[in-house]
Amino acid sequence: MTVNVLLDCKNIWKLYGAKANSILDTHVNPDINTLKAEGIIGAVRAVNVQIMQGEIFVIMGLSGSGKSTLVRCLSRLVEPTTGSIKFDGVDLLKATDSELIEIRRKKMGMVFQQFALLPHLTTIENVAFPLDVQGVKKDVREARALDVIELVGLKGRENYYPRQLSGGQQQRVGIARSLVVEPDLWFLDEPFSALDPLIRREMQDEFIRLQNLLKKTIVFITHDFDEAIRLADRIAVMKDGEIEQIADPEQLVLNPATDYVAEFTRHVSRAKVIKAATIMSPIKKDHFGGEVAHDATIEEIADQVEGSKLPHKVMRDGQVIGQIDSSAVVNILVGRD
Amino acid sequence: MGLNRHHFFWLTLLGITLMLSSFSFQLYKAFDARWIIRFPKKYELPTEKWISAFLDWLVDSANFYFFTFRDITRAIASLIEWPYQFLRNLLIEGFQSGLGDQAVQYAPSLSWVAVITVVVAISYYASDWRLGTLTCACFAYLAVFGQWQSAMVTLASVLIAVPIGALGGLFLGIIAYKSRIVENCLRPILDLMQTVPVFAYLVPVLILFGFGPVAALVATVIYAMPPMVRVTIVALKTVPEEIKEAGKMVGCTDRQMMWKVLVPSASSSLMVGVNQVIMLTLNMVIIASMIGAGGLGFDVLASLRRLDIGGGIEAGLAIVVMAIALDRISQAFSVRTIKEPYNGNYIQRHPWISTSFAVIVGTLILGIFIPSVQAYPKEFTITTGPFWSDAMEYINVNFFDAFEAIKVFFLQSLLLPVKKFFVGIPWAWGIMATGLFAWKLAGWRMGIIAFLLMSFIAASGLWSKAMVTIYLCGVSVFIATIIGIPLGIWAAERQGAGRVILGLMDTLQTLPSFVYLIPVVMLFRVGDFSAMIAVVLYALAPAVRYAAFGLKEVPEHLVEAARMAGCTPIQLLLRVKLPLATPQLLLGLNQTIMLALSMLVITALVGTRDLGQEVYIALTKANAGQGIVAGFCVAFIAIIADRVVNASADKQKKRLGL
Repeated sequence: MTVNVLLDCKNIWKLYGAKANSILDTHVNPDINTLKAEGIIGAVRAVNVQIMQGEIFVIMGLSGSGKSTLVRCLSRLVEPTTGSIKFDGVDLLKATDSELIEIRRKKMGMVFQQFALLPHLTTIENVAFPLDVQGVKKDVREARALDVIELVGLKGRENYYPRQLSGGQQQRVGIARSLVVEPDLWFLDEPFSALDPLIRREMQDEFIRLQNLLKKTIVFITHDFDEAIRLADRIAVMKDGEIEQIADPEQLVLNPATDYVAEFTRHVSRAKVIKAATIMSPIKKDHFGGEVAHDATIEEIADQVEGSKLPHKVMRDGQVIGQIDSSAVVNILVGRD
Repeated sequence: MGLNRHHFFWLTLLGITLMLSSFSFQLYKAFDARWIIRFPKKYELPTEKWISAFLDWLVDSANFYFFTFRDITRAIASLIEWPYQFLRNLLIEGFQSGLGDQAVQYAPSLSWVAVITVVVAISYYASDWRLGTLTCACFAYLAVFGQWQSAMVTLASVLIAVPIGALGGLFLGIIAYKSRIVENCLRPILDLMQTVPVFAYLVPVLILFGFGPVAALVATVIYAMPPMVRVTIVALKTVPEEIKEAGKMVGCTDRQMMWKVLVPSASSSLMVGVNQVIMLTLNMVIIASMIGAGGLGFDVLASLRRLDIGGGIEAGLAIVVMAIALDRISQAFSVRTIKEPYNGNYIQRHPWISTSFAVIVGTLILGIFIPSVQAYPKEFTITTGPFWSDAMEYINVNFFDAFEAIKVFFLQSLLLPVKKFFVGIPWAWGIMATGLFAWKLAGWRMGIIAFLLMSFIAASGLWSKAMVTIYLCGVSVFIATIIGIPLGIWAAERQGAGRVILGLMDTLQTLPSFVYLIPVVMLFRVGDFSAMIAVVLYALAPAVRYAAFGLKEVPEHLVEAARMAGCTPIQLLLRVKLPLATPQLLLGLNQTIMLALSMLVITALVGTRDLGQEVYIALTKANAGQGIVAGFCVAFIAIIADRVVNASADKQKKRLGL
């Protein structure tokens, strides 16, 4: 199975300061101390990422780690100091203003932390706004907007103004607005950070439901490691403008590349990330209590495996690839290595 | 706490100034050096003559190859003249063709009933029935008290000046928002436009546009537009970054970004600017009538000149009433919540447009048969003029001694000593001292600027008049502050009192500055004391408001911490709240000074001997150069004060980590 690279970014730098434009001519890969000595803030440094078609790529980092600047470089809301970004084969950094407008109108969508709804427009007008900007006729764009509003579960609130909606509902409008043009690439910049924990959980479920329906390519920014693990296919951990590690959640927990990443993953419940295939053992018996999928997390199969005296088969593509018994599951649950 | 370097600096500066001020005359006699107290005549700058000559050249012979400067002013004049005349026809004169005796009227003006209906409809659209009732009462007052005709003339010019000022300001603001260079060029021009007294540019406007409503409208727009430009720049800049990004991400072009995202998102802040334009336009009503505006302003001015107390108060109140109505309507628009749209056919969906239209047509037809529908019947008008005249006479007869005693007390114990101090300062030292003062508080760059600006004043031969301005302004600001800050504290600490006090301040701010002069002159006649009272009344509001605001803004957790540390209410106020509110208090002081200076020029009419008088004399002699030079001097004083006070406020803010 070959996977297309939708967004290919190489060696992206975003520097702020008086000498920001000249430093890279005189230094190869200046480190953070060199930059500091020159009075330059390195918001994004030497970042390489490839976003695959159909994956959820989460960029995780604490505030000030450069994750928001990076996502703005990827959408060219912020002009990178240097680097190359290929989007669907097009060099994004060489696109003219009008080409960029066209790409954003048709192929990109973005959801913002503070929702960024236009205060003078109703729900339906906000959602239809991207189409309005493109000059789509009113009845056509409102019909399309209604569909998306229904999709995000806001039917009946079409004529409400943003301030009449709760935070969660406002962000649903923001999501609907970013989806109305059916974008190929969907940016979400800390979309749930401004919401209460309970609402945040609900919105994550909603997001998973939408993604199962739509299968978009997603770049998702968050500072919440639990959220990252819950949603991501792959996670990039950022610190001081650099990417520390890119890996899937399980690898990140099992093989942290740096102390910084290890510090993050230490308190993560491993049962949530480790998958059956990782801890299975070779097949020894021929009596089994049942079967589990190879990519199910331990948390998901714990009750089933523990409740049985016999081991379970681990299945991939209809084949038995190993077995898993209750002691292996318990080891993970209690944190024994 | 001992004496430190700073105390030493200030004490020395004050000491030397006091010494030189007290003995400047003796010094002049001792050295027989008249230059000590007077700037030598032969070194005076002939700026006045240059400006007058430039204006003459502009009007008489400036030529831009295809057209002359005259053509430009005429083109502007006719652009304004047309809509203005249309509104006059609509509101007052009716539409007619032909001239003089042959004139045939083919449509009358809007009836008074129709005008009131339209105003109420707009009020209801903007807010609710309460506002509708208020504006209805205001406009009914104009009809019942016989001010209708004049009021409609004033309304016509407001309806022209406000859109020009608001839209012009909006466009300038947008250009400045888009281009940093334009913004940097515009800022000093706006500073000057807002600090040069109005009287100073009345003369050039008069020379360029001739006496009449057009000149008055041009002057009004120049006066009313700057705040709109500033509000626009700030409003656009404070649109949240994410909303701008959202606009970009959906693929807005530059124009879509401005008109579909930025301007609508900023609309409620922009309405605050429109409100300012309306208030400043009304503030100009009386002053503009000096160059031909007519209407209520002319009535006030004429009554003042006739010393017709009742007439002046009546027309003045009419302006106030109109100001209140227009202020509340425009404020309502800035906080307007969008209502559920009506359903149904056009008439049902737009009940207010339909009603207004029906009333306009209805009264148009009815008015042919019943004249009192068209124009409010004269026999039912009430005049309060004699009442006010009698009241003033009664007060003057019975309380003359008391008022006189107050006046003499203030003059002798406060005004005259301070005046003697300021006027006594030799100009050379005055320039030095101002430079040092500004340097110490706002840095060496401001020090040099202050030095140069004060030198300009001295070199223009206006030193002593400038000192009178500074003295009157200083005393008035001092009194406004010692009245205003306690009122502000009271308003912040007691909610009930706060509502009354801040409401009162709101009303005081809606009054055109000229109106303050009327009762003051009636009670205290002309002179520095009357001027001071008028200035204090006019400049009081910001002192109160900023004090109240500053105290309310003190973070709640600090107040709680202080209370838990066992502060008494007085300690809480003096040791926690007031120190933390000092930046706001200083900003209030800044506004108070600005308002005081602008009012001072107007008090020239009650016979002060300061720069304002110089500007006013220039106006009566139509001497453009003289007026502008004196106007610039006032502006320079204002700019120095503004920068120095703002710098101190910033320093305080930094020190407190706010």
